[in-house]
Amino acid sequence: MIQSQRTIMLFVGMATLLALVGIGQGWDVALLLVNMCIISAIMALGVNIQWGYAGLFSIGSMGFAALGGLAGVIISAKPVPGAWQAGGLGVIGGLLSALITIVLGIFVWRRLAHLGRWRYWITGVIVLAGFIIMRSLMGPAITAIEKIDPAAAGYLGGMGLPILLSWAVGGIFAAAAAWVVGKVSLGLRADYLAIATLGISEIIIFILKFENWLTRGVKNVTGLPRPVPYEVDMIASPAFQGFATAIGTNAIAAASIIVKLCYAGLFSAVLVLVLYLSEVALRSPWGRMMRAIRDNETAAAAMGKNVTARHLQVFILGSAVVGIAGAMLTTLDGQFTPTSYQPLRFTFLIWVMVIIGGSGNNLGAVLGGFVIWFFWIEAEPVGLWLIELITSGMAQNSPLRAHLLDSAAYMRLLTMGLLLLLVLRFAPRGLIPEVKR
Amino acid sequence: MADVLNALVLIANFIIVPGFAYGSQLALGALGVTLVFGVLRFSNIAHGETMALGAMFTMLISWWLQSMGIGLGPLPTALLALPFGIAASMCLCLITDRAVYRYYRRVKASPVIYIIVSVGVMFIYNGLVRFIVGPADRVMVDGQRFIMKAKDFKTATGLDEGLAIKTSQAVSVVCAVIAVAMLFWFLNRTRTGKSMRAYSNNEDLALLSGINPERVVLITWLLAAALATVAGTLYGIDKSFQPFVYMQLLLPIFAAAIVGGFGNPLGAIAGGFVIAFSELVVTFAYKRVVAYLLPESLEPAGLVQLLSTDYKIAVSFTILVIVLLIKPTGLFAQRTT
Repeated sequence: MIQSQRTIMLFVGMATLLALVGIGQGWDVALLLVNMCIISAIMALGVNIQWGYAGLFSIGSMGFAALGGLAGVIISAKPVPGAWQAGGLGVIGGLLSALITIVLGIFVWRRLAHLGRWRYWITGVIVLAGFIIMRSLMGPAITAIEKIDPAAAGYLGGMGLPILLSWAVGGIFAAAAAWVVGKVSLGLRADYLAIATLGISEIIIFILKFENWLTRGVKNVTGLPRPVPYEVDMIASPAFQGFATAIGTNAIAAASIIVKLCYAGLFSAVLVLVLYLSEVALRSPWGRMMRAIRDNETAAAAMGKNVTARHLQVFILGSAVVGIAGAMLTTLDGQFTPTSYQPLRFTFLIWVMVIIGGSGNNLGAVLGGFVIWFFWIEAEPVGLWLIELITSGMAQNSPLRAHLLDSAAYMRLLTMGLLLLLVLRFAPRGLIPEVKR
Repeated sequence: MADVLNALVLIANFIIVPGFAYGSQLALGALGVTLVFGVLRFSNIAHGETMALGAMFTMLISWWLQSMGIGLGPLPTALLALPFGIAASMCLCLITDRAVYRYYRRVKASPVIYIIVSVGVMFIYNGLVRFIVGPADRVMVDGQRFIMKAKDFKTATGLDEGLAIKTSQAVSVVCAVIAVAMLFWFLNRTRTGKSMRAYSNNEDLALLSGINPERVVLITWLLAAALATVAGTLYGIDKSFQPFVYMQLLLPIFAAAIVGGFGNPLGAIAGGFVIAFSELVVTFAYKRVVAYLLPESLEPAGLVQLLSTDYKIAVSFTILVIVLLIKPTGLFAQRTT
């Protein structure tokens, strides 16, 4: 079978599955699933840019996605009156002093190489001093900010701008973090990038969880504005009620579906744009260079390509795409919950998507995003059904049966692991293999 | 003079004693990672979950022992169950190797593929733990809680500050010392251990001298499983058994292994203690220590804490970054590759 036919068939199959959910569980559920699938697909595209194009193994997408979510809060949340007056200056001063310390530290480290052992001490003292200055500037400012209406606000607040803007800002945030991590860990062994990204993503989550002045921490930021109309407004308008009766449904169901369709439209636009740009990049001389580096670093370096710099570039690009998807996720949820970021769900699951979809193939990554998210969600009811089937012979009140039924939710972890291992072993190129160019 | 002693006791109570316990747990974890890295040449992402599984096996067996009324008196029952837990996780690691990793050795896959494979293994282990005992927080420790209570120490010495040593902390250190001594005896004195080191140092030369690679790999998995189980159990006894915690331990463990130089067992131990003590030193609030040492007029208003304890994890990351920037081969590197 020609690959393009195979691709079309797989996507048609996926659409059929989603349609089946629509018929079985309702279109509302199906559309929510589609929206999450699109976001997953964009995240998978980001990871595919790093892994498929350049062979970089990063396990930090959780952190980059969360940074995208943070952008959603900073851009679109309602401003908290008085917060900036209370502590804005201190916070900015603190962040500025941290920046100055880092720049100064690097400068001193580079310039004092001739001093031998002394440079360790001098740099250390500078960093420590800078850190103390930062703490002393930020400490009172943070206390002041967190005192303002702690039940509803207690943080700096956002800028109250349209949330769509945060998608771009989220990408920039993630790119900036990726630049720092990449600078440190690229050019060394492949494992080091993995561990460094694992670390930075954990730290980003911890910062978002505990810095209440920035994100309200575990109290979550809720009620972020939407880029699409609200159901209540639609239901209230007589014109919409007329429309709903005209197509023969009730207004509440129609409104909910239309809102989800609006989201789906917005998300699809981003997906198509990212997909188009990645494909163009992959076909360009730049894409050829990336693949050359991936397949043989030594040869590419011998041809005068700066391998580390290109790796840094592609790492930043991929992370930015993940950041955009993270901002979109926060947009869809309408809230930012730092505790919801789990490495299994936001880092490793994305990897499963890329590997199963077909590493190095953008359409494959998109398909992987759809398929894996679909099964991640649907594995729970299916697993429950399976276990009920298996245990149906047991006594109704047997403790083993109850335990198994309780644990059905964890079936999906087992399924994902098994799926990943099986695909890696028997079809390592994935559902839609990379095209030989 | 009493003030100085009080300050010292404070530091011993909150930094030195917990540091030794936590450091031995990390060192054992890092040893497992570094052994797998030395022989199989990849970073085993599933190691944290192997620790969780090992701890879980031990916990299940110690529950069974407790239900039979068997215990160790003042010591935690988990110690008695530990050998069985080790055996169980050894079986699991061998099955995993046979079913999963062996194929990739045969096709000589690149290290990155191994890491991705270990992600798959991690998912399965993770699911297994949750499937069997669920995600809840469980207490693993029983027997006598303290070797020395803070109050007893106060009455014995007449100081204002108490020094408490938990049984679990002492057990951690003693177990770690025994495990490490056995490991090094094995690596340095036995023929198999020597062949393992030879293989880790130079694969081709080892093959030329007739060392069977499959056997070396098998022994490596056995050792890694044993170390992971001991580390996981000790951590579980010292804190409590929470399945999700072990994935968060992955970062400090890898940081310890890298600080020590990947593939270097002695370095991994040193790295474990470096990470543990830096975490505690950086996140300890020195207010009371300073209050003892300085005259009353200079008593600090704040906590005199460099970093809040929420950011423990940032410490290991910072150390990791510093090592990567200054000496990527690790501070205790032997080999240059």
